[in-house]
Amino acid sequence: MSEPRIVFDNVSRFYGEVLGVNRVNLSIPAGVTSLVGPNGSGKTTLMNLMTGLIRPTRGAIKVLGIPPERPEELFRKTGYCTQFDAFPKGLTGYQFIYSFLLVHGMIASEAARLTEEALQRVSMTEAANRPVAAYSKGMRQRIKLAQAIAHRPTVLVLDEPLNGLDPMARAETIALFRQWGEEGRHVIVSSHILHEVDRISDQVILLSHGYVVAEGQIQGVRSEVKDQPMQILVRCDKPGLLASRLFEQDHVVEAKVSEDGRGLLVRTRDADSLYLLLNRIVLDNGLEVEAVAPADDDVNSVYQYLIGTEGGAT
Amino acid sequence: MTWNRIATQPWMLWRRQVAAILRLELKKSLFSKRAWWIYILTLGPVLITGAHSLMPGSGGHTLGDDNMIFAGIFQVYFLRLGIFFGCLGIFSNLFRAEVLERTLHYYFMSPVRREVLAVSKYLAGLMAAIVYFAGSVVLSFLFISAHWGPVFQQYLSHGPGLHQLGWYALTAALACVGYGSVFMLTGVLYRNPMIPAAVVMIWENLNPFLPSLLKKFSVIFYLKSLCPAGEMPTDGPLAFLATVTEPTPAWLAIPGLLIVSGLVLAYAAAKSRKLEVSYSE
Repeated sequence: MSEPRIVFDNVSRFYGEVLGVNRVNLSIPAGVTSLVGPNGSGKTTLMNLMTGLIRPTRGAIKVLGIPPERPEELFRKTGYCTQFDAFPKGLTGYQFIYSFLLVHGMIASEAARLTEEALQRVSMTEAANRPVAAYSKGMRQRIKLAQAIAHRPTVLVLDEPLNGLDPMARAETIALFRQWGEEGRHVIVSSHILHEVDRISDQVILLSHGYVVAEGQIQGVRSEVKDQPMQILVRCDKPGLLASRLFEQDHVVEAKVSEDGRGLLVRTRDADSLYLLLNRIVLDNGLEVEAVAPADDDVNSVYQYLIGTEGGAT
Repeated sequence: MTWNRIATQPWMLWRRQVAAILRLELKKSLFSKRAWWIYILTLGPVLITGAHSLMPGSGGHTLGDDNMIFAGIFQVYFLRLGIFFGCLGIFSNLFRAEVLERTLHYYFMSPVRREVLAVSKYLAGLMAAIVYFAGSVVLSFLFISAHWGPVFQQYLSHGPGLHQLGWYALTAALACVGYGSVFMLTGVLYRNPMIPAAVVMIWENLNPFLPSLLKKFSVIFYLKSLCPAGEMPTDGPLAFLATVTEPTPAWLAIPGLLIVSGLVLAYAAAKSRKLEVSYSE
């Protein structure tokens, strides 16, 4: 039996004449997947499509084999924390989560137990009996998150879930996402904050102007960007010597010694050849190497290469 | 019994979901600042008839006159204005108000059939509408003749008073059922329900002038048949255009209205499956 996935099959969505997303083909495995792209690139549209809040103009979607047109099945397995910062009036945080668990059809005791568990997971137990209307932005974000996870879904869709959270809450929430991903759940996260996406994601989907620009594990995506030489940082005792040897190679475009004199940043069109060559140089010249690491196979770099700085991603 | 086991028994699951949605919706339908004008619609006749009940003596009219006045108030005010516009406000906002408040997605993100959601919302609206309007009708009926004192008590306990009151309350409730389903549908189909509401209003008010067959395709036709005092004569310069139709007997009017309302509600529920969350549009 094949691994359960979230599948987009040639999906397009137009808002009148305005493009939401176009010809999206995706097969998202379990783990943490980040949707990255500037404002208006189609991240929220993709999330709304996979949760059935909007319908595709063309194409078909299945979430673990369930079409989003069947919310009664989909949302038994799926939780969605949207960007909408609005709540039903007159409810406390506890009542908000508990009431919607009852809407699922749960009995009162089960709903109460899951509500308390969800509140604990987002550290909101103490504020649970205060009206949601009196919460700060960060608390509202956490109570939405608690509502999305309360029924223990296997698919979690989270639209900018770190917005408004303080650094401590951010760290806790990121740890929570990683844990869910490791537990084999599908966690789909959209975020503008690229260094956090890097920490969270098993794979990324880069979007621009409604199109999927790249998808997959970030290192794999980076290696596909052939027109941008790879950057590799080598920490060693003789970076000058290393630079002179490397410049003899055609594929090395640039080599720059770091300010502290203990590192060399190399830009190459052929990373595999560089690594092989590096072994030989180290052995031939007795270099002491502290570290060798790619310097631009993170989301931020890939984003810059593929999408540029448009849209204000930070 | 756990959620997973309940989910295997659809009727039990739907019953639980309807109860949970009703709990959330009734708070909104019964007590809402947005509904202030509906409170005025319901309280208006109660206050006027209440003031009338404080009048000393008969004022030169009889208990029968008060009954006829109430029959007029019921048919002209309650059926054509109060309940019509009250139901428009309550039922067309069941989905629409949540779009304006940006909270509809919480229901759409729950594992609930949209049909169950639509029916639950309708039931919540219906409960609120019946409390408002059947309550207003009962109080107005009691107040308009209260100044007759023991005579009116006798009329209620040993005369036809209680029977009439029951029929007025039932007709008001059926009006909520009928107009509720129509305005639920317009609320689901249209972003701005005012235009379809205007069309429905014109159609309902044209009823006296329609041919016998067409008369039957309206809510007001069946409701007037149920009024204890019978149909009020059509007045005004266009009265000569009115067509006289034999009133539909209650045993046909009540199930007829319920069936038509059920069909309209079923269509609205089926259409709700196509609703999308697009707050910004």
